[in-house]
Amino acid sequence: MSFLKRFARNRGALIGLTILVVVILFAIIAPQLYPQSPWRTVARPFLAPFVMDRFPLGTDTLGRDIASGLAHGARVSLTIGLVSTLVALLIGVPLGAIAGYAGGIVDDALMRFTEFFQTIPSFALAIVLVAILQPKLGSIVLAIGVVSWPPVARLVRGEVLSLKTREYVQAAITIGQPTARIIWSQVLPNTIAPIIVMGSLMIGSAILLESSLSFLGLGDPNLMSWGYMVGAGRTRLLDAWWISFFPGVAIFLTVLALNLAGEGLNDALNPRLARGRE
Amino acid sequence: MNLAQFLAGRLAKGIVVLFAIAVLNFFLIRAAPGDPAQVLAGEAGAADEQLLIQLRERFGLDQPLLTQLWVYLKGYLTFDLGFSYRQQQSVLSLILDRLPATLLLTGAAFIVSLGLGTLMGALAARRAGRWQDSVITTLALVFYATPLFWVALMSQIVFSLKLGLVPNVGYESIGANYTGLARALDIASHLVLPALTLGLFFTALYARMMRASMLEVAGADFVKTARAKGLAPGLVSRRHVARNAILPVVTLAGLQAGQLVGGAVLTETVFAWPGIGRLMFDALVQRDYSVLLGVFFMSSAMVVGFNILTDIVYRLADPRIEAVS
Repeated sequence: MSFLKRFARNRGALIGLTILVVVILFAIIAPQLYPQSPWRTVARPFLAPFVMDRFPLGTDTLGRDIASGLAHGARVSLTIGLVSTLVALLIGVPLGAIAGYAGGIVDDALMRFTEFFQTIPSFALAIVLVAILQPKLGSIVLAIGVVSWPPVARLVRGEVLSLKTREYVQAAITIGQPTARIIWSQVLPNTIAPIIVMGSLMIGSAILLESSLSFLGLGDPNLMSWGYMVGAGRTRLLDAWWISFFPGVAIFLTVLALNLAGEGLNDALNPRLARGRE
Repeated sequence: MNLAQFLAGRLAKGIVVLFAIAVLNFFLIRAAPGDPAQVLAGEAGAADEQLLIQLRERFGLDQPLLTQLWVYLKGYLTFDLGFSYRQQQSVLSLILDRLPATLLLTGAAFIVSLGLGTLMGALAARRAGRWQDSVITTLALVFYATPLFWVALMSQIVFSLKLGLVPNVGYESIGANYTGLARALDIASHLVLPALTLGLFFTALYARMMRASMLEVAGADFVKTARAKGLAPGLVSRRHVARNAILPVVTLAGLQAGQLVGGAVLTETVFAWPGIGRLMFDALVQRDYSVLLGVFFMSSAMVVGFNILTDIVYRLADPRIEAVS
């Protein structure tokens, strides 16, 4: 059965993919849909949702359009989720590959290092990093990447450990290929599938982490983000619930969609494993 | 390896971790924009000259970097986590004041999520493929994707502001002056929402893990034997399957406890719970870096301690672990 067919057989994955496509489209057309800055006051504050057609989701404490904030926030969330996952992969994959391939003392040292990062409470570390480096897009991406790479390193190490005893790798060693090339062209291509699955699931956690940071006021002050919007409505929770409600739903749906799609990807890439789960 | 040796090894490892975090903190202070003295004073640019001179002297900030590091680490060795010039109190005493509330919250959330999670996972596995399974796995999926701070806010609206079932914020009723059992009940009622929302994500995680673990064990030979000799299905899944399936879940739960401490920052902020998470948030708002780094160090210490504790419990619960290690 082809990859696409296997993916499509998983109903959850299809739902996830559909939501994801909608969110991505929403993010792409945000500047056309809402050309004005989402920070601008456009109507009276505390406008309830579904009252005025121009502002279907109402306005927040400063009269900013919530729908516009959601659209612009989608760009921020998706970008940060994707880029910080790439950062985590960039740290985790080489570390895991080196540890797994080199073995011995190098492996020991690198794994201790990984364990150290797994022991530190990751959210607290992310808070400290962003606070110290000042809340900017770069520092947020870096902080999320720094706290998310350990599972990647462990996964890649495990894969490499089992791959390096395979015959084709042994053959490459025998014909004298340089180690770097063996890792790059013989070993790593065969670890791609699990890395893709883990990466797709990590984007969701990265979005959750980013929204938590900006909820605490650690978002980039120039970027409208969903977490910030939830935090901004906190003080008027009782009389204006929608200010915090809609951005939270957006986060929830996006993360849920990513998780569903990631699991579908997992089932499609590891068909044997998937059947065993049912 | 006997228990004492094992403990000594784990303690040594924990101390190395804490030492590394102290070193990390030292470099983080230097990574902050501005003069380290101003960072330590926590008032970027606004601290008076006298204080800055004093700080430079105390931390040897005009000395070589290694000397500075040594002075800084010596502080940690004597349990001196710095001084908050904002609050005019030592960081350690600020943290110790707030620690019991955080321990209560994270402890409750841990127990709730582990209990509820394993129960849900076990039920889903026993009814695998049927509607109970679908309901539980869907719920787990939903919990897993819900932002913690948002669900905390929403539960605040629904359960306390609208329905009035439990108190809205805080640790206990202010001005009520309850004592003894009445006070404990009062605190417990304040604890319900924070502990449930903090534990929600982990409930989902443990439910999924427990389900997978149960299904795996259910295929083992000794389970087939138990079934073949005619034991009741309920008994088999309770005695044979669940008991073995829960072990890996507990291990992972122990490792995950650290994330619970981190999540407490969000929960305590929303519910105005007077723990170290709330302290961290306040320090964040005031840019009081000494307190921020102190809380970071302390929460790492809590994680290290918690991991050692679960290791011990685990070894006591399952003697086979000793034979392996």
